[in-house]
Amino acid sequence: MSELPFEKPLNELRNKIKELKSLSDGTGLDFSEEIARLEERCKELEDTMYRELTAAQKMQLARHHQRPTSLDFINAIFTDFIELHGDRLFADDLAIVGGIAKFNGLPVTVIGHQRGKDTRDNIARFFGSPHPEGFRKALRLMQQANKFKRPIITFIDTKGAYPGDTAEERGQSEAIARNLREMAGFGVPIICVVIGEGGSGGALALGVGNRVIMLENAIYSAISPNGAASILWKDASRADEAAEAMKITAKDLLQLEIIEEIVPEPQGGAHRNLEEQAESIKASLGKHLDELLEMNENDLIEDRYHKFRKIGQYRMAEAEAGQAIE
Amino acid sequence: MQIKDLFSKKKYATIPTERPKREVPEGLMNKCPKCGNIQYSKELEKNLKVCSSCGYHGRLSARERIAMTLDEGSFVEYDETMESVDPLNFPGYKAKLEQQKAKSNLMDSVVSGEGAIGGFPVVVAVMSFDFFTGSMGSVAGEKITRAIESAHLKKLPLIIFSTSSGARMQESILSLMQMAKTSAALAKFQGDGGLYISVFTDPTTGGVSASFASLGDYNLAEPGALIGFAGRIVIEQTIRQKLPDNFQTAEFNMQHGQLDKVVHRKDMRTMLTKLLDMHMVKEVSVSE
Ligand SMILES: [Zn+2]
Repeated sequence: MSELPFEKPLNELRNKIKELKSLSDGTGLDFSEEIARLEERCKELEDTMYRELTAAQKMQLARHHQRPTSLDFINAIFTDFIELHGDRLFADDLAIVGGIAKFNGLPVTVIGHQRGKDTRDNIARFFGSPHPEGFRKALRLMQQANKFKRPIITFIDTKGAYPGDTAEERGQSEAIARNLREMAGFGVPIICVVIGEGGSGGALALGVGNRVIMLENAIYSAISPNGAASILWKDASRADEAAEAMKITAKDLLQLEIIEEIVPEPQGGAHRNLEEQAESIKASLGKHLDELLEMNENDLIEDRYHKFRKIGQYRMAEAEAGQAIE
Repeated sequence: MQIKDLFSKKKYATIPTERPKREVPEGLMNKCPKCGNIQYSKELEKNLKVCSSCGYHGRLSARERIAMTLDEGSFVEYDETMESVDPLNFPGYKAKLEQQKAKSNLMDSVVSGEGAIGGFPVVVAVMSFDFFTGSMGSVAGEKITRAIESAHLKKLPLIIFSTSSGARMQESILSLMQMAKTSAALAKFQGDGGLYISVFTDPTTGGVSASFASLGDYNLAEPGALIGFAGRIVIEQTIRQKLPDNFQTAEFNMQHGQLDKVVHRKDMRTMLTKLLDMHMVKEVSVSE
């Protein structure tokens, strides 16, 4: 596993332990006491460090290049996945994957943003940033799910919609907007899982669910902290500061009642143990799906409407003395 | 109707009732930001802030737009005292809000209410770029949503004039979610037969463009208006190419199939009236 900057002290300790072990093997000298002491310290450090991650550190974990992608989770959580392609209008955008699969035997539609596994894959998938055809493929698959009364499960993991001239020409705004409106009207359960980075409108275009759940170290925001820092303070290097101020972590979003649940990650992040992570997502999905399957079409639409309708904080200003409102 | 008429409808005693006095020479003349043509401010206002030389459509505040578009004296405002509460305790936000209020004489970036156009009753929501670059936070999202719900409840047509830089980042995720909230309200309203006319004005980008502004049953725009999702600079950095001058203009969007019509400001009232008329159910015989 490749290390993140904040994990450096931990890895230094681990390397020291490794060195001592091999030294002990090579020389026959007994370092067991020293090794035990270091292992203890290592575990302590691990526990405290991962328990108290800053928003900026979580952002690094959420963007870790070895972090499991939508396809990793789809293959680990569902069976019989059949990938379906194309928007029937223009192209097949590989930045979004989708298809039908079984969840504990129940046919469902699964859709997710898809980052690449290596440079070549990333180029083919535009680093997980969809063009309009990606959002329109997702919409087509959701309409199909609605027709056949299949629940919809989406995985959110994108820096945002692709900022390119061709995307604009083909109606990037309209594609996102249409998904928001249409998702609001489907009479089937929709559960959205933010697995990595939930970047802006491109993330939300798969995000209008009855339940939105988030992995512990995932982030979700209106604009990337890097972008916010460069606009607010003309200084992109203050992204860490912006990350804190913008309340982008799962914990923040649970408090703000944007999400329903935080799915815990294996210590050190989802990339440390895909199977364990897939299991905990699966457990959460099962629980929410059971609840939603109890509802009829109309209740599902109303439930989703009220989830989003109540979001926002504002007040009515009191008219000051002498400023009575007519 | 004259632009100054709208100031008679001001509801707050402390709000200045006039634009800067015309005695100052700088206020007397106006230079077109596009072609440099110099015109008398009075002439420009009479011309609905459209440059007589190049046709550049100057930006309007929400109140100017309302005065120019609605039947005189017909406008009744909704939620006029709604204001932001700095929900995330974001550094510098409170001060910025106060500054924007003072600068624009508005409480937030949306003014909504009901009135009439060409005699047809309508619900309108108008965005103002002069408040916080028209950005959408909780207040804008709530006011737009309430306007949609009011149109639904009263079975009135809805017209929204958009201008916005997108989501207000000082309210981060709450701003983003206003896109879903407004779009979900439109799903109900439009799904129930409601008429929604969206008018893009300069500029409309980001989260507003990618939500209610793009969802009109009819999408209109003013000439030259900048309309798009991502910003030009970000796109140029991504594709490593210079973009053409007309990129993301109303005309560019029209050419790429994203708009029904580009409508000159002087024709907007007539166009809206015609569209409204088309949706009035009348007992007619078409067989002669
Ligand atoms: Zn001009």
